[in-house]
Amino acid sequence: MNQSPDIQSMTNSAVSTRTSRILKELAKAPFSAKLGLLIIVVYVFAAVFAPWLAPYGESEIVGKKYVLANDTFLLGTDNLGRDMLSRIIYGARNTVGIALITTIYAFLLGGITGIFAAVIGGWTDQLLSRTVDILMAIPALIFAMLLLSIFGTSVPSLILIIGLLDATRVFRLCRAVSLNVVVMDFVEAAKLRGEKLVWITIREVLPSISAPLAAEFGIRFCFVFLTISALSFLGLGIQPPTADWGSMVRDTADLITFEDYTPLIPAAAIAILTIGVNFVVDWFLQKTSGLKDEF
Amino acid sequence: MNSDHNELLLEVKGLSVEGFSEDKWHQIVNGVDFCLNRGEILGLIGESGAGKSTIGIAAMGFAKPGCRINGGSIQFDGLELTTATAEEKRRLRGARIAYVAQSAAASFNPAHKLIDQFSETVIQHGLGSRDQAYADAKELYSKIRMPNPDTIGFRYPHQVSGGQLQRAMTAMALACRPDLIIFDEPTTALDVTTQIEVLSTIKDIVEQFNTAAIYITHDLAVVAQMADKIKVLRYGESVEESETRSMLSDPQKDYTKSLWAVRSFRKTEQNVDASSLPLLKVQNVTAIYPGTSKEVLTDIEFEIRPNETVAVVGESGSGKSTLARVITGLLPPRQGQILFEDQSLPSDYRSRSPGQLQKIQMIYQMADTAINPHHKIRDIVGRPLTFYLGLEGQAKQKRLRKLMEMIEMDPDQYLDRLPGELSGGQKQRICIARALAADPSFIICDEVTSALDQLVAEGILRLLDRLQQEFNLAYMFITHDLATVNAIADRVVVMLQGKIVDQGPKNEVFQPPYHEYTELLLSSVPEMDPDWMDRVIAERLAKGGLKSADN
Repeated sequence: MNQSPDIQSMTNSAVSTRTSRILKELAKAPFSAKLGLLIIVVYVFAAVFAPWLAPYGESEIVGKKYVLANDTFLLGTDNLGRDMLSRIIYGARNTVGIALITTIYAFLLGGITGIFAAVIGGWTDQLLSRTVDILMAIPALIFAMLLLSIFGTSVPSLILIIGLLDATRVFRLCRAVSLNVVVMDFVEAAKLRGEKLVWITIREVLPSISAPLAAEFGIRFCFVFLTISALSFLGLGIQPPTADWGSMVRDTADLITFEDYTPLIPAAAIAILTIGVNFVVDWFLQKTSGLKDEF
Repeated sequence: MNSDHNELLLEVKGLSVEGFSEDKWHQIVNGVDFCLNRGEILGLIGESGAGKSTIGIAAMGFAKPGCRINGGSIQFDGLELTTATAEEKRRLRGARIAYVAQSAAASFNPAHKLIDQFSETVIQHGLGSRDQAYADAKELYSKIRMPNPDTIGFRYPHQVSGGQLQRAMTAMALACRPDLIIFDEPTTALDVTTQIEVLSTIKDIVEQFNTAAIYITHDLAVVAQMADKIKVLRYGESVEESETRSMLSDPQKDYTKSLWAVRSFRKTEQNVDASSLPLLKVQNVTAIYPGTSKEVLTDIEFEIRPNETVAVVGESGSGKSTLARVITGLLPPRQGQILFEDQSLPSDYRSRSPGQLQKIQMIYQMADTAINPHHKIRDIVGRPLTFYLGLEGQAKQKRLRKLMEMIEMDPDQYLDRLPGELSGGQKQRICIARALAADPSFIICDEVTSALDQLVAEGILRLLDRLQQEFNLAYMFITHDLATVNAIADRVVVMLQGKIVDQGPKNEVFQPPYHEYTELLLSSVPEMDPDWMDRVIAERLAKGGLKSADN
């Protein structure tokens, strides 16, 4: 409120230089990264504007089953006579949306506990780390299937269970990179100043580990997304009639014996997004590992 | 010096090297000439960034990744290195030109025994069998006065001390009896008492084998002992070059003179009232690290009065930094207590009140890691203002600008920068500003100048001195550099293996009669006199052998 105008303008110019720097970086990005970004933008666009883009409703039966691609149904229909194109577009919303929420939840849970474990150390660290070890000792997909059959296959339980399992990986990464930061003198200086744990975590440690975390976020998102698709394919993930790419592959799987490409369409939707995200993550990793020299 | 000084070995003309950063090629070395005869030692001296190391490795026809030699000629014994093929250069390196790096600890492979790393070059270049190399290694180890020369080679790098490792590396460089050795700051990481041993080893061995050497350092007193001629560098260009003696006694250029003058700084005399109550009192403190049983500090007892600078001196491993950790409360002592303004301080920093934490501030050795690289200077220095003094808004900004002016940095230019956009000396100034922002009465300075160039370090010492006058600060100055102690201390505490062996006013401790260890420390500090080392070694040999903590 009482900031003088020159401070205000300085903040503004700082923001604008940051935007221009990001744009400059983007212009310099390799072709693969631009392609990856384009793919992500297209998917996000489809997810956000699904009701306007899709020609038919998500679970609306609009024709005969297994109609081949024609003028009315651009990608044909599935085993119940629903339009494949509409379901692919809605699938972006469901599959990607749920994967995103799950990944964010996994990062909040695993990230915060991971940094805490590193900063506090001692018994807290031991307790958290050993709990994570136990959770990680059980193969993730089997564990997820076990828990889903116990708690039922609703979307919230899907998010909570996959999020919890992926949080263990995030915890390990966060703890490992934070351990390198908490021994730095500036963290010691903050401790000696009398700063509280939350300040040290958020203001001192988090900025130093944000680069590897952002890269991990991209990769983790892919894994979560693939897990959900795999579970849906097995019938334990997102339940019908909600459109989801994994279960769409299963729904139309019979057609593969008739040399029909329909089941490959949702599979391709999964594959292309995974590749796109990985292109961007690779670029990001390269950038941040280059920046590390400046430390 | 050796007789055969006439045969030209290396001739460098108009050498230019450029490096790639921020999308551009920058000139690192710009048209440097020098030549070197067999058996001659050339000292390259300058501040960091002067291009010393780049020139040193360019003499091998090599440039670091991201750099390239873009001009000039390098003639080594008739071979033009700038145009030589990779194979021709490979045959030279290790065999006829060897390189000794600054950090021996980082240059040895920790997974192999010393003697195997010694033999590797010999076998690679087909100059001898493993057995011959082993025999030669043992002989060289005994020549450089390593303890147990027959068996020490069978140890791994972590099993010998830093000084021994540096000597083992010198021996390794000699394995193929090269014509030229490049020493890149070989003693910078060592204590003074160890440094003198390594220096005399290098000097002996170079004389014995009539090897030419390029000796890179920022320490004038060291180069005075080692070199036949000295070349001063700045910003990748040659400032001047001449014989060691004439360079020392009669430097021509202003820059060289300013380098020479650094060591003359003395702090303002302090009127410390000897009867005044001590500000900080350390009472028979004994400390061990958790999980170990060895005492790192034993019965430490000393006082610091207001407005006084106490220097704590000792070799690495003497417990100086541990003492700082005990006083700040990072390592609660096993016995004893710390009194501050006549009140007992809780031994753990977590139990201290903000007021108690505020009064004792710390400045670290490595400014790079002591400030968060992701915070702006405004936030780094501003945080203690908000945290301790509750300053916000205009009052805080005003105080920030004041602090920046105190450390002689322009607030408009620097407040919104990140630490990565500052030089080493500026970062250390920011650390000082942060300590000062808390409004302390006592500051612990842990080797604050040892990572800095001499000119920059002197600036920091002058600043600390001025701030002491202005704010009546007391300093505890931890250092291994006796020149710094001489410059800044009122009183001196000498530590050895976790015990105080000598303490008192600087003039008493540093004047005869000395304590035995203080004398060893003092006599090991290189002086600018080129004959200093020969004299000291001769004196020590006469007294019955070299002694140091190393052997």
